[in-house]
Amino acid sequence: MMPEMLWKLLEITIIIALLIPMAAMLVWVERRVIGIWQDRHGPNRVGPFGILQSLADLLKILGKEDWIPPFSDRLVFILAPIIGAICVLMSFAVVPFSPDIGVSDLNIGLLFFLAMASLAVYSVVLAGWASNSKYALLGGMRAAAQTVSYEVFMGLSVMGVVLLTGTFNLREIVLAQSEGWLIQSQFVGFFIFLVAGIAESHRLPFDLPEAETELTAGFHTEYSGLKFALFFLGEYLGVTLISAMSVVLFFGGWLMPEPLSAWLPPLVWFIIKIMCFVMFFILLRTSLPRPRFDQLLKFGWMVMLPLALLNLIVTALLRLTGVL
Amino acid sequence: MLTDLATIDSLFYLAATVAVIASLKVVTGSNTVHALLYLVVSLLAVAVCFYLMGAPFAAGLEVIVYAGAILVLFVFAVLMFGLGKDETINAPKSKSVANMFGAMLLAFALLLELTVIINNAQIQQTLQANVVSSKAVGIMLYGPYLLAVEIASFLLLAGLLAGYHYAKPDVQGSQL
Repeated sequence: MMPEMLWKLLEITIIIALLIPMAAMLVWVERRVIGIWQDRHGPNRVGPFGILQSLADLLKILGKEDWIPPFSDRLVFILAPIIGAICVLMSFAVVPFSPDIGVSDLNIGLLFFLAMASLAVYSVVLAGWASNSKYALLGGMRAAAQTVSYEVFMGLSVMGVVLLTGTFNLREIVLAQSEGWLIQSQFVGFFIFLVAGIAESHRLPFDLPEAETELTAGFHTEYSGLKFALFFLGEYLGVTLISAMSVVLFFGGWLMPEPLSAWLPPLVWFIIKIMCFVMFFILLRTSLPRPRFDQLLKFGWMVMLPLALLNLIVTALLRLTGVL
Repeated sequence: MLTDLATIDSLFYLAATVAVIASLKVVTGSNTVHALLYLVVSLLAVAVCFYLMGAPFAAGLEVIVYAGAILVLFVFAVLMFGLGKDETINAPKSKSVANMFGAMLLAFALLLELTVIINNAQIQQTLQANVVSSKAVGIMLYGPYLLAVEIASFLLLAGLLAGYHYAKPDVQGSQL
């Protein structure tokens, strides 16, 4: 009993110890890659290729004054960024990284992920409310409306996967794809999941809660120092999480087709797939303009919702008739 | 008594205690947003209780639907109408127990009921033996309880239509 428990704790520690620096590195990767795509250098001064830029940023942010505005609701103000980071980190508990790595094989793993995604809204909404400033409040309200709307389609889009695999357990979903990845039949579901995922992690082009042209910095206008860093960490972990979930649900997790699977260990394949999605997220950020807020909500309810329902019904019909 | 409780029982009692205390804080607090947050905590604790009783699907839905969607809308409404401060004006000044006696009596009855269920070894054994799978929930919902599900969906449809009616743009420029 005891050694198993210790091993589990060690596993959790290692996963967290790798995830957080990875999220920090993503900040540098994003700036550097965008720089190269836009035909400029990007941050290339600190260390070889500028790889230590995130470390420098971290040192800078640790040295900043962690100011709590006197007009804010102190308790909630402190709590908000912590809720955000914890919710995203908790979601990683159900992600199966490889055949033997993964914190928990919860039998409602997919529901757990959706639950954590829906709880993460509180971070942004409460940050906006507790800051007691107009920009932050507007950002928080946008975040609430956007996330509640897109959560609906996100839940519906993955139900096709559940229908085909017959389980909520993420490890079993991966194993069910050994014959072929689910993207073959669930491409519409994948598209909806991806768009909803971008909206959930409020990344560009759906970063209206923090649209700097209108709202200064949106919900985290009043935040500084470590708390601001926590919001940043949550955002980049969120990008990694959505990428990991896309891979697990639609791209076969750590599985690869026959000749390729022997070349590298499963965990490496999983990480490579995740990095492809992260790069795609960064590419989206650089290439798409930000929509207006009413356009965003209209697109969600008028296009995504019917599409998600249609996908679910067609999948169910094909399943019933034995095509899939 | 506490020593011979298994781990799962002590976890259950812990979650239940959290739920009770959080619910008390919901009705005694004067800050709307703080009260809503306590309600979220209470719902999460109830979800843990569900999970420990062998109903993981219900636990998941509790978090997604109640804590993740409905209460976010509550918070949204509070933000939207700026209810953070002025609601205390109309609140009763005295926070005596008498004001909440009825609700407390009801809650106490529920608590008593739960305690009896938990203390009964036979019920406890059946609870732990039967972990309800999501498939079983689906079969129940679309089998014996189909009528209830349909009635609930009709109710929601009516609510949706009413919401649409109130929210649609005012074309004639007249009052609704």
